[in-house]
Amino acid sequence: MSGLSYETVARFAQQGGLIYFGLIFLAGVAYALRPSKKAEFQHAARMPLDDEELL
Amino acid sequence: MSAPSKISASPPAGSGVLLVISAVGAFLAILGAGLTQDPIFRLQIGTIALAGVIAAFVLNGGLAGGTLRDHPDQYSDNVIKAGVIATMFWAAAGLLVGVIIAAQLSWPRIFYFPEFGFLNFGRLRPLHTSAVIFAFGGNALIATSFWVVQRTCKARLAGGITPWFVFWGYQLFIVLAATGYLMGATQGKEYAEPEWYTDLWLTIVWVAYLLVFLGTIWKRKEPHIYVANWFYLAFIVTIALLHLVNNAAIPVGLLNHKSYDVFSGVQDALVQWWYGHNAVGFFLTAGFLAMMYYFVPKRVERPVYSYRLSIVHFWALIFIYIWAGPHHLHYTALPQWAQTLGMTFSIMLWMPSWGGMINGLMTLSGAWDKLRTDPVVRMMVVSIAFYGMSTFEGPVMSIRAVNALSHYTDWTIGHVHSGALGWVGFISFGAIYCLVPWLWKKKEMYSTKLIEWHFWIATTGILLYIAAMWVSGIMEGLMWREYTPQGFLAYSFIETVSAKHIENVIRTVGGLMYLAGALIMIVNVWKTIASPSAEPAEASAAPATAIA
Repeated sequence: MSGLSYETVARFAQQGGLIYFGLIFLAGVAYALRPSKKAEFQHAARMPLDDEELL
Repeated sequence: MSAPSKISASPPAGSGVLLVISAVGAFLAILGAGLTQDPIFRLQIGTIALAGVIAAFVLNGGLAGGTLRDHPDQYSDNVIKAGVIATMFWAAAGLLVGVIIAAQLSWPRIFYFPEFGFLNFGRLRPLHTSAVIFAFGGNALIATSFWVVQRTCKARLAGGITPWFVFWGYQLFIVLAATGYLMGATQGKEYAEPEWYTDLWLTIVWVAYLLVFLGTIWKRKEPHIYVANWFYLAFIVTIALLHLVNNAAIPVGLLNHKSYDVFSGVQDALVQWWYGHNAVGFFLTAGFLAMMYYFVPKRVERPVYSYRLSIVHFWALIFIYIWAGPHHLHYTALPQWAQTLGMTFSIMLWMPSWGGMINGLMTLSGAWDKLRTDPVVRMMVVSIAFYGMSTFEGPVMSIRAVNALSHYTDWTIGHVHSGALGWVGFISFGAIYCLVPWLWKKKEMYSTKLIEWHFWIATTGILLYIAAMWVSGIMEGLMWREYTPQGFLAYSFIETVSAKHIENVIRTVGGLMYLAGALIMIVNVWKTIASPSAEPAEASAAPATAIA
């Protein structure tokens, strides 16, 4: 328990969290902007317009 | 009623199991009602017993009479019809209670009833907030999510009878919570007032909801999971997590309504506002953004402006929102760095909020003329505008220096209502104006003119409401911090209360107008459902049998 002071936990939460979540967010942006996804996303953008029939 | 052409002879999967659970549950609840010494708990568990008995009788009748049948070749739309009706019912109830408590604040001498404790402001206020957020908003979310997930996955709702369990189970949660508040059963946590047994019941219903939603996505025929489903899923999963952590409590006894929180002090405050702000972020924002991403493109017949932006919008929104809660605890015992973190993340929320708003508005590219001709489109566009406005205002108010003025004042109430009445209310009304003709197979709503009336009355009501609350909020905030040259507070608290009488009256009028708009909508929805069908051959084949 002696190593786990308030300051240690707070620093880990602040700096580790920033890096960890920053990287995950960048991965999400990279996925969204991937050129190879263009056709899929163009189809997806029209999904509400073409949904009448139950396949 | 009339026999549909293609139906399976068997009832929906799980009907028998649900019948047994209802009967056993009712028996145990009656037992509990007999054994308890606590009159509030007796009434609450008696309500559960009554619900169990009714469910068992209806299920038994449906199974024995053969009226409870599965329709595997169709979308499950009857549960959505029930959801739309429940949404409108709770809208009227929740808004009415809001008008009553606004009148209590305006004319306390007339609307204060000392002989009826359950009508006290302190009892009615959580009734209002829960009725509009969880009953009206929740039913709108469940109903639209059931519609959207089926259409965008091209799959029937999963889980046999489970969607009906989710619907009626959620109504039981609402009734338990509402009657509990009136009797004084409350945890005293904002937006998380229901006591431990109601919380446990909601957990069961919510897990069933999650499983229905995931099960439907699982059997989808369309490989891509549409962005609206991501928003709905984030809403369902996060609410489950928030609900479980914030409601961790130990009951006084298994036959007693009262419980005590596991957390205490500043930890309790932080958990509560982590919950409270994410109830705003995931219940009142993510879920309704899902509505926006489906119903706006559908109504204006244009694709989503930028699908890539919608993905970035989604991930940015859910990553940032979850940290914003501590801005409710400025100048408290919470560590300063945590307060600053909450404030910083709130300001960062400008980006996804406005990105999403722009994406919603720009979906009208090439269809802006519909704004002039279609009041439903106008309603949805105004709703997105209010979304932009309240998500601009929120981060401003989270800044510590601004919060020092705004916190605990009517400014906060005004901010919440520009989001709730403007954004959440209008996008839900817009979605329901779309859904009613689709569900009941009508060409269009009964009266476009009544939609126009609804739109203008409600919009004027919102403007009166939020303008009055800005004025009274900033006024009382300034009065609270005013010192005399001798260093004493310049005003007593009651002076700041009486100073905002006129604003309170204007707020009551604004709320009354918003309620009037909702009542006009109820008439319109009723008339639409009662009107002759557009496609008589189709409509007679529509199943009206799956009641539960």
